[in-house]
Amino acid sequence: MSSLPLVSTAALGRPVAVAAGAEPTLGFKRLSAMPKLAGLTSASRLEMRPTPQMVSSGVREIDMLTGGFPRGCLTEVCGPASSGRTSILLATLAAATQRQEVCALVDISDAFNPLSAAAAGVNFKKLLWVRCGGIKQKSASPQRHRVTEKNPKIEKPVEQALRVTDLLLQSGGFGLVIIDLGDTPWKMARRIPLTSWFRFQRAVEHTATVLFVISQVACAQTCASLLLKVSGKKLSAVSSQLSTETPTHAQLLNGLQVRGEILRSRPERKPVGSVTTEFATRVRTG
Amino acid sequence: MSFACIFVPDFPVETLLRVEPELRSQSLAVLEGKAPLQKVFAMNENARRAGVSPGMSKMQIEDCNGLMFRARSLPQEAAAHAALLDCAQSFSPRVEAAGCDTIVLDLAGLMPLFGPLPKIARALSRRASDLGLEVNVAVAGNPDTAVLASRGFSGVTVIPEGREAEQLGSLPVEVLFGNAIQESAHLLETFSRWGISKLRDLAALPDIALSERLGQAGIHLQKLARGDIARTLVPFEPPLIFEEVIELEYPLVLLEPLAFLLGRLLEQLCARLEARALATQELRLDLELQNGYQSDESAELAFRPPPHGLFTRTLRFPVPLLDSGMFLKLLQLDLKAHPPGAPIVRIHLAAEPVRPRAAQNGLFIPPTPEPEKLELTLARIAGIVGDDNVGSLELLDTHHPEGFCMQHFAPELSSPQRHRDTGKITNQQSTDSSMSLCLCGEDLVTALRIFRPPVDVVVAMRDGKPACITSKSKTIQGEILWTAGPWRSSGDWWEREGWARDEWDIAVQGETGIALYRLVRDRIEGRWILEGTYD
Repeated sequence: MSSLPLVSTAALGRPVAVAAGAEPTLGFKRLSAMPKLAGLTSASRLEMRPTPQMVSSGVREIDMLTGGFPRGCLTEVCGPASSGRTSILLATLAAATQRQEVCALVDISDAFNPLSAAAAGVNFKKLLWVRCGGIKQKSASPQRHRVTEKNPKIEKPVEQALRVTDLLLQSGGFGLVIIDLGDTPWKMARRIPLTSWFRFQRAVEHTATVLFVISQVACAQTCASLLLKVSGKKLSAVSSQLSTETPTHAQLLNGLQVRGEILRSRPERKPVGSVTTEFATRVRTG
Repeated sequence: MSFACIFVPDFPVETLLRVEPELRSQSLAVLEGKAPLQKVFAMNENARRAGVSPGMSKMQIEDCNGLMFRARSLPQEAAAHAALLDCAQSFSPRVEAAGCDTIVLDLAGLMPLFGPLPKIARALSRRASDLGLEVNVAVAGNPDTAVLASRGFSGVTVIPEGREAEQLGSLPVEVLFGNAIQESAHLLETFSRWGISKLRDLAALPDIALSERLGQAGIHLQKLARGDIARTLVPFEPPLIFEEVIELEYPLVLLEPLAFLLGRLLEQLCARLEARALATQELRLDLELQNGYQSDESAELAFRPPPHGLFTRTLRFPVPLLDSGMFLKLLQLDLKAHPPGAPIVRIHLAAEPVRPRAAQNGLFIPPTPEPEKLELTLARIAGIVGDDNVGSLELLDTHHPEGFCMQHFAPELSSPQRHRDTGKITNQQSTDSSMSLCLCGEDLVTALRIFRPPVDVVVAMRDGKPACITSKSKTIQGEILWTAGPWRSSGDWWEREGWARDEWDIAVQGETGIALYRLVRDRIEGRWILEGTYD
């Protein structure tokens, strides 16, 4: 048995700060030298999560800001109407389908526009589009299926979307699964139970699937590894000619000026101070 | 040269036991004819020991304890015969259908593949057993000896070459006639009067004396008894039809027992396809419904019965598949979404045979959903949102804003893709493209979110342009801050559903900021709608 003290007496009773990833201390080295404790592993090394693989979001500025979207994690983009969320959605979809990945879009409000998607470069052969809210559930007793009475917080299209997302994530093999809560009222979206988001996050963990959510306000809370807030800029950036003397048929919608801000970024430590980016969209027809 | 014969004793009984194996341990008689003149057509060994014989009326055997009756089913006999042929053809390409219950195979060249003759015979017996049929298998140097041996000896029999007469000698003369025993009653009577009961007795008769009394027929029978006839097989090329049928004693009203029967039929169908190294891309289910059924709210299947009494469902798969469990699950989901509407009296299941797919996954190809899992997932999603609301979309050749249709989702294989707008070919990206920049290298496209259905609005005009907007639900209302347009478009004027519209882009101050909308005036109906929002 070693005659050397295991721990210095000066250290007893005093808290010791150990930086993560630091070299094993002398005391630990002496401990692990003992035959009985030969298999001892430092607690700081018990579980080292690998950094998730990042994929392009399809928007250069977002890739430079966040490094892309992480695989096996939930990414959320929130913002009000006309803030550029759907444009980011289509760009991400186009990038994923051009990588030959199979994608799925759970469209709660049935708001997907095929023409915009075609203009963005989405390959429809690789996209599964699920349009929620389309079927009325049959019921022998009309009273029983008034779900709003039992659970008034979740409406039927959202319920359908949660079940469909569950099925898609359990099936596996999708490179990108998108939940479009863009037109769902924020009060309704906030009522989605946190357990659902946890379940989705656990389902995509350790897979190559990017789970992407767009909404009016942040819904997934701590389950989102990356939370991006977007907002549109002033009206002056919308059109090149805002003079009232210019006839309306000579006015043209240039696009949107989008401002994005990282609210949470788990793959990398959130930088001190707010990090933002700005980019523009352009109106293009297919 | 060697030939094998597969013989199914009590064939009509065996075909019924194929779908109801639980009756194998009981006494079972098969009846033919219309009530009340039904007569016994066939019976199993237990029924025979109980004293049942062919030709007895139903009334005569009703008092037998533990005796089960079933009506003869020609469709099931045809399905069993087809299964036997598949079983034989999975071993040898040269197969002769010597009767509905007898199949002869040419075993030439099979020993290097399957092993010695006894092993081949046992494998044949095992394969037939997997298809639900208990058979006798005999191997001999000529086809007719193999047929006689399979009729006379139960289980697996191998007759070495040169010992045909010795092995066949102990069999009764009745085996010479098989199913034609009724037509050959006079010959049997003659043999009986001569004291000829075994084949060795017939083989020992003098040739000339036999030919003088019975002619060439007698000589032929003697050669059969001696195992002395060599002939070539008449090969049979069955059409590639994979069907299974079951007729029900009582109409089915619940989905659960229907699923149980479908599972059994699917297992047999898949076994037959596998025996021929085939898969299927289409399953067709025909359910014959009970006539004159009155819809009952309490019955699970009661829902809009079709007028013609036949209910058909077809499942098509994007790739060839062969998984009976998955097929059953898909059929269950489909029948749950589209119930037949009346009790079922007959089930007919057919599979379209195709070559199985040979998929080789590459190291650098992105993972895709497994076809079997994907089909099940799509069926489940269709049960939630409806058949028409899930799939991939295809743009139609029209300028109509909603010019697209939904298709069944079948992701295509990876291939270099031509970029839509710029005409550049973008090479296939690997999944390791972690930091690649925007693929198109151009500005982001502004997306339009569509309101389905479009939002009806009231628009106040000023100087010929929209000035104020109010939706019926009051969720979108206010002064229009900016307007662009109108852009006029129309189409399909030669069709009944022609359309003509003026489009405006407007900006409205909302609760959370300025929102951009597409405002449309339908020039045919004269109404204003908000088609979508730019986001």
